[in-house]
Amino acid sequence: MTQSARKGVGARLRRKEDERFLRGRGDYVGNIRMVGMLDVAFVRSPVAHARIRAVRKSPGLESVVFTIDDLTGVKPIVANSALKGFKSAPQHVLARDKVRQVGELIAMCVAPSRAEAEDIATQVELDLEELPAVVDMVAAIEPGGPRVHEEWSDNVVLETLVDDDLSTIRANAAIKVQRRIRTARQCMSPMEGRGVVAHYDRRLDQLTVHSAAQMPHINRAGLSECLGIDQGRIRVVAPDVGGGFGYKGILLPEEVCLGWLAMMLGRPVRWLEDRFEQLAANANCREHYYDITGYATADGRLLAIDCEAIVDSGAYSSYPFSACLEAAQVSSILPGPYRMDGYRCRTWSAATNKPPILPYRGVARTGVCFALELVVDAIARAAGKEPYEVRLACLVPPEAMPFVNITKKFFDSGDYPEALRRAVRVLDLPKWRERQKRGEPDGRRVGVGLAIFCEQGAHGTSVYHGWGIPMVPGHEQCTARLSPDGVLELRIGAHSHGQGLETTLAQVAHEILGVDPDNVRLIHGDTALTPYSTGTWGSRCMVMSGGAVATACKEIEKRVRAIAGKLMEVAGDDLVLEAGRVRVAGTDRSMSLAEVAHVWYRAPQLLPADVDPAGLETTAGYKAVRDSGTFSYACHACAVAVDTELGTIEILDYVVVEDGGTLVNPMIVDGQVFGGTAQGIGTALYEEMPFDAQGQPLASTLADYMLPGATEVPTIRIEHIETPSPLSYFGQKGIGEGGAIAPPAAITNAVNDALADLGVEMLESPITPRRLLTALAAARARRGAG
Amino acid sequence: MKAPRFAYEKPQSLDAAIRLLADGGDGAKLIAGGQSLGPILNFRLAQPELLIDIRTLPELRTVRDEGDAVFLGAGTTHAAIEDGRVCDPTRGLLSAVARTIAYRAVRNRGTLGGSLAHADPAADWVNLMALLDAEIVARGPSGERRLHAAAFVRGPLTTDLAADEIITGVSVRKLSGRARWGQYKFNRKPGEFAEAIGGFVHDPELGMARALVGAIGDAPYVVADAMRLDEPAMHDAVSRAGFADGTYEHQIHFAALKRATAQARGA
Ligand SMILES: Cc1cc2nc3c(=O)[nH]c(=O)nc-3n(C[C@H](O)[C@H](O)[C@H](O)COP(=O)(O)OP(=O)(O)OC[C@H]3O[C@@H](n4cnc5c(N)ncnc54)[C@H](O)[C@@H]3O)c2cc1C
Repeated sequence: MTQSARKGVGARLRRKEDERFLRGRGDYVGNIRMVGMLDVAFVRSPVAHARIRAVRKSPGLESVVFTIDDLTGVKPIVANSALKGFKSAPQHVLARDKVRQVGELIAMCVAPSRAEAEDIATQVELDLEELPAVVDMVAAIEPGGPRVHEEWSDNVVLETLVDDDLSTIRANAAIKVQRRIRTARQCMSPMEGRGVVAHYDRRLDQLTVHSAAQMPHINRAGLSECLGIDQGRIRVVAPDVGGGFGYKGILLPEEVCLGWLAMMLGRPVRWLEDRFEQLAANANCREHYYDITGYATADGRLLAIDCEAIVDSGAYSSYPFSACLEAAQVSSILPGPYRMDGYRCRTWSAATNKPPILPYRGVARTGVCFALELVVDAIARAAGKEPYEVRLACLVPPEAMPFVNITKKFFDSGDYPEALRRAVRVLDLPKWRERQKRGEPDGRRVGVGLAIFCEQGAHGTSVYHGWGIPMVPGHEQCTARLSPDGVLELRIGAHSHGQGLETTLAQVAHEILGVDPDNVRLIHGDTALTPYSTGTWGSRCMVMSGGAVATACKEIEKRVRAIAGKLMEVAGDDLVLEAGRVRVAGTDRSMSLAEVAHVWYRAPQLLPADVDPAGLETTAGYKAVRDSGTFSYACHACAVAVDTELGTIEILDYVVVEDGGTLVNPMIVDGQVFGGTAQGIGTALYEEMPFDAQGQPLASTLADYMLPGATEVPTIRIEHIETPSPLSYFGQKGIGEGGAIAPPAAITNAVNDALADLGVEMLESPITPRRLLTALAAARARRGAG
Repeated sequence: MKAPRFAYEKPQSLDAAIRLLADGGDGAKLIAGGQSLGPILNFRLAQPELLIDIRTLPELRTVRDEGDAVFLGAGTTHAAIEDGRVCDPTRGLLSAVARTIAYRAVRNRGTLGGSLAHADPAADWVNLMALLDAEIVARGPSGERRLHAAAFVRGPLTTDLAADEIITGVSVRKLSGRARWGQYKFNRKPGEFAEAIGGFVHDPELGMARALVGAIGDAPYVVADAMRLDEPAMHDAVSRAGFADGTYEHQIHFAALKRATAQARGA
């Protein structure tokens, strides 16, 4: 068991995959070389909204330039929701008749090198009739303006309403705070961009699409629908993927185009997204608007939330998550970790002439947490209380667990108030209040901020089937095979691209079979080699793939016991599996897993005639006790210094108290929290893709689109609470997204705390120096006038 | 994006480079560190027919004492200045500024001459050399010219340099032991271009008191007689540099100038 404690569930095992990643030996789509491979460059729309009068290929280039008219038989990407009122916007993989965003694909050019393909692209002549662009989501849903899709009656993809009669609360609440809150549009920025290499295998009559994808089986389904060939003839391979975050959880029009092209040409073709394409064509997340009112008692206890929210969904509906998932999610998760008596929320998914929205790490939670936690702080200020006090008054307490909240979410377990109290303690609030009172020698202003949230992870069928989108997660499978030398192969349909699954799933296998994690190989990311899965998203892998691996290993364990029992002439139940060996309990008689496997495969004559022939390979499935999802939660607390001359913000301390249930590998969990928090700091202070009134994206390089780097991310102090989930195999909870959820709220609350007595309250992310100085100047003017 | 096709020459001497440049006419372009030109080529914003690589030309790497000044060859990299591998006549100002340019990988290749010729209004050398009243030395088919750095930049990405001239180096006056300087670069994060640069140099022995409002989207604004620059005068200087009072830009440039001046005055 000591062995297990060091390598199994709960061990801080070093990541196996880092051996290749840290040496720069990862193998990505961009590393693939194939004989005769051609490069693709796309002609993209230079404008946000236009009718296409003509696309002209220069004479002589007809055979290397392709438009939608050439792609016979290719169907548009359709990602509809079955929710009532959803408006469909099929996306042609190359524009037909109209373009609806800058960067939309218009023509595909192919040449021996990317540079030459780009040369060809410059010779494609576009005749476009520009139309007025729909750029601002708030204006977009007003009647009468220009429409993104002319066949629609307006720009509303979907409207949802969670209604409640708040009249009594409205009439009686001592505190009412109303705020208009906005989050900027962002561009998810994994280090590796998207990329596709497609080729056609005549022997297998199969199209292989290598793609930097999070959900290869979903991409296969989508490719099959668009290309009109059956799924058996398509293989999707996602090799090493340099970060996903949701950016690669999509069926790409580029994948469909290259699939078609590879079959048409009979040659391998490649497209690698560059940073310019990523920024200018694919800024696709986070843009929310909230008109939110919080009602509270005089001492700040939250009574109700009333909210109207808009999500800028962009021009099309992404496959498989659709254009409405995010806004609809807003209404179901806005109450956060709090109890309240009343809740009303109306949402709109607004179509605009911008890139289609994709769920980014945290999905709607980052915006929701921002809106809600800013309002809770405003309530605290109105009540004259410390922000943590008003939160303690309405957080769901541990004795209420499991708890069904006002939007019917099933909180599985946890001690939310303890996370908050611990964060306040670890940050040392009194110390900061003292320092705040003293004032900084350099004139900066200090502030303290908090944010708390819960994160639903690994939610399944019952949560998703209602959306009626192209993908509903079901149960998860794993194929496990003990190979003749005792090495355990695990095959899963999800993909690991930063989550460390090659390590954590080996730990799970070790926990059950005693096999050394070094002797476990994880095979993932290839539809030809792995069982079906909806893939990696929604903080689901440790719960779902982890559960599947555990279940499959349990089955292998049974079979190992049976075989070894026969060989050692004891009952299978009298055996103990540990440290790679099978031992007769209470004795030192044992054999190694390798010896058991050797007999099974290579010396079957040693086995008795009545042995079960099922063998040492199995596919087993897993489903959670209930599929409403695990609820991890965390409180982020930080202290900042605000320079009111330059509008800059320094994070002086940052604390995260997180409960991920049973931690399979606490070091990997820490890594997830660090990475997510860094991205959240980006949302809070740096990242923004502005668009001009014509819908032109204004950042085209990473000098304009500012990502936080090593110098912008402070030391993050993490503390863990471990409340096992009653729903998962080991009690583990999904935590992959949490880090990215709270930082904008916590940091903005800290800034507002620092500036409260100047009458400044920031309500828009990111807080850039320009926004901050503008707000300070406006407050000065107000004070001057008042 | 990838650069379009171009020819490439790597001449062995400055004279050969000047000849190639003159012969190449409009289609020829020098490349030094490639840290500004590289992205420009990839974005296809420039499509030269011929690139003339001057990065390793020995003539551009010379550093020599000119008595009351030091001549730094145009090929001197930001990193060489940062590391103190070349003489710093300003008693540390050059290396302090070099350290704030871009990231180390860029500083390893980016050059003084390339930065000045490119004349990005936010570039650190463009602004600093104007503050220091340095002289830019250029050579063309018809010989050598010396140009005042403060007047060298005409506007964003435009300089006094003729199409057939090469910057050979910069001549920077030696500051005395009594000189005091201050410099403040305001940017969103280390390694980025400046949103505002404030500078202040006072050398009683040279009779020099200059202040800089830099990174203003245009040629740097220098106050040549900044001896008695107080806060209202700084405020004015920033307004004269082109920013209306009360705007964000006015505020950050004023703060940068104030901080640079305070640093120089030891406040
Ligand atoms: C990520 C990044 C961040 C950066 N941040 C900063 C920053 O914070 N501050 C800053 O100041 N700069 C910054 N830069 C620019 C950097 O300093 C460049 O190195 C510099 O501007 C150009 O120098 P170069 O030698 O690379 O010139 P090149 O890119 O090779 O050339 C630039 C231009 O100058 C011309 N040229 C080059 N040498 C000569 C010469 N001797 N005579 C005449 N013309 C010549 C070329 O023809 C070309 O037009 C940054 C660059 C990058 C990539």
